[in-house]
Amino acid sequence: MFPLTEENKHVAQLLLSTGTCPRCIFRFCGVDFHAPYKRPYKELLNELQKFLETEKEELISDVPNPPPKKIRLQELEDGIDGIDNLSQNGEGRVSILEDGSIASKNSNLNVCNVCLGILQEFCEKEFIKKVCQKVEASGFEFTNLVFSVSFPPQLSVREHAAWLLVKQEMGKQNLSLGRNDIVQLKEAYKWITHPLFSEELGVPIDGKSLFEVSVIFAHPETVEDCHFLRAICPDCFKPAKNKQSVFTRMAVMKALNKIKEEDFRKQFPCPPNSPKAVCTVLEIECAHGAVFVAGRYNKYSRNLPQTPWIIDGERKLESSVEELISDHLLAVFKAESFNFSSSGREDVDVRTLGNGRPFAIELVNPHRVHFTSQEIKELQQKINNSSNKIQVRDLQLVTREAIGHMKEGEEEKTKSYSALIWTNKAIQKKDIEFLNDIKDLKIDQKTPLRVLHRRPLAVRTRIIHSMETRYVDEHHFHLYLKTQAGTYIKEFVHGDFGRTKPNIGSLMNMTADILELDVEVNHFIVEMPVCTLNSTKFCFFGGGRGH
Amino acid sequence: MPTHQSTESFILLDVKGKPCEDHCILQHSNRICVITLAESHPVLQSGKTIKSISYQISTNCSRLQNKVSGKFKRGAQFLTELAPLCKIYCSDGEEYTISSCVRGRLMEVNENILHKPSILQEKPSTEGYIAVVLPKFEESKSITDGLLTQKQYEEVVVRRITATTATS
Repeated sequence: MFPLTEENKHVAQLLLSTGTCPRCIFRFCGVDFHAPYKRPYKELLNELQKFLETEKEELISDVPNPPPKKIRLQELEDGIDGIDNLSQNGEGRVSILEDGSIASKNSNLNVCNVCLGILQEFCEKEFIKKVCQKVEASGFEFTNLVFSVSFPPQLSVREHAAWLLVKQEMGKQNLSLGRNDIVQLKEAYKWITHPLFSEELGVPIDGKSLFEVSVIFAHPETVEDCHFLRAICPDCFKPAKNKQSVFTRMAVMKALNKIKEEDFRKQFPCPPNSPKAVCTVLEIECAHGAVFVAGRYNKYSRNLPQTPWIIDGERKLESSVEELISDHLLAVFKAESFNFSSSGREDVDVRTLGNGRPFAIELVNPHRVHFTSQEIKELQQKINNSSNKIQVRDLQLVTREAIGHMKEGEEEKTKSYSALIWTNKAIQKKDIEFLNDIKDLKIDQKTPLRVLHRRPLAVRTRIIHSMETRYVDEHHFHLYLKTQAGTYIKEFVHGDFGRTKPNIGSLMNMTADILELDVEVNHFIVEMPVCTLNSTKFCFFGGGRGH
Repeated sequence: MPTHQSTESFILLDVKGKPCEDHCILQHSNRICVITLAESHPVLQSGKTIKSISYQISTNCSRLQNKVSGKFKRGAQFLTELAPLCKIYCSDGEEYTISSCVRGRLMEVNENILHKPSILQEKPSTEGYIAVVLPKFEESKSITDGLLTQKQYEEVVVRRITATTATS
């Protein structure tokens, strides 16, 4: 059914005569149901012309200041001719679209002066197919998608001009037209294209999808359309570092809201003039939102930093925990990059024992995202087989929210360590036994010199909850410690120039040093369900505290 | 400093032209410097007793007033190579001035040696340190250029001993 009614006639007539396309006419007539927009363009044009022709004579006489009759009739006739041409040569248009030719010779394919072709050839199946080919060639794995479009900012200026024109026309009939009474270009474009994309790709369009296909349009011919706004509203167009041009869509919209109607009319033609060419497609981009993989790792090397260790652009050690894990994930998820985070960290020369340290890896723009739990298990095995410096367990896909839970583990109040101590003086078993009896020893630690360059200087009180010793020989013993989180263990052993007091050396009344240190990370583990990307429940990192 | 850490020690001989008043600079790879007395410093020779130590280096300036705040250590006193850190008064009436030896900002001084000067003599290279200085980032490599390495220093000490035995 044709959606326009008698009262739309004046507006429709005016817009069509000034070079506006049928779908834009629908928008300005407030047609807010999808079906009419989806119909083939030539049919719409045909019907619109028929609709207007029926009472053409009456219409023209109604218009208070009619433009010369000749011109109007001329245009209508041209239009009709166009349709005839088209029906005779239906294939002609396809070829025009395919070779990217902009100005069509058929007069009925005149580029719309409002949408610059967006609701014309960019709604056609051919264009949708072209986008879908790109999507399929990109190699992403997806089960739904979100489609986003970016229109050139000057479209807003043209939209504004058309709105003023239609508003004025309706004013003559004592009708009003608010900004929200017209259907947004983006809306209409979605109504038309979403079903086409869905059909072509065989997946639903879902606003929450992690897979995004975006099309960026530009229209070089009319870029200067919005420049006059700058002179009128200079404060809307302040240059910013990360902007290529000050004429962003947001800035233009802001200026259009500010500008007075008469000022706008003085500077910009209402109706907007007809362009020669339709928009160009600047970019068709596919991107997949990040996915997260979590697990725990043990580090068995005293020569492996957690993250790449680079000083003055020079690498100190060739590998890192982060890379040993992430390299495999990057390859399997076919991701662009990754971000590694963990519940705390250890020094390069410290081993991490116990159940392992929770970590999470954000995989940015992954091309593959669907894995069975078996595949994840195999991936974990692959990581573990490739290095004996680290081992990974509980590897699984998690939600972004789960990363927050992981960080909670850092607040765990008590930490367990095992250290190998050297003493300058010869010791007997009995010389170290007194350490076993010390409970909840308060120590004052000045910020260790080894981290002073990047942390404020302060004295912090920490508690050594308990210690247990195991004698090795006259100059060595093992020390197992349970301490408050945030205690610097190395400094507690050697004293850091007497800046941690008391320390093992001062307690034993000799010089002590630490040769090896291991940290035990033992968050309580609960049997965890297989977490899928969409699951919101997550109990992997929970219960870490108080263990 | 802890044996296994990335610390290098450097020596400045005869500071301010005073014979044997050698200073030691322990520099960590994070550019932090700890200023201590070198083993050969007169204060550490047998028979010396320290009467007192003072961080008051002039009527208006005391190193004890040094306060740093925040990660960027705002408010630190700036030291040139020759800036005095403290004065050591010995019971034999001798007075020694300890200098910074490196350009940088003063992080802290060791107040423990004020209460117990003997640790300066007992553990000169650890608990008996004088001060902690943070050189400018861009100067952190060059500040140790003119200083002796531990090995060079040991050679100098040997030569000094032979020189004294030769003259005596």
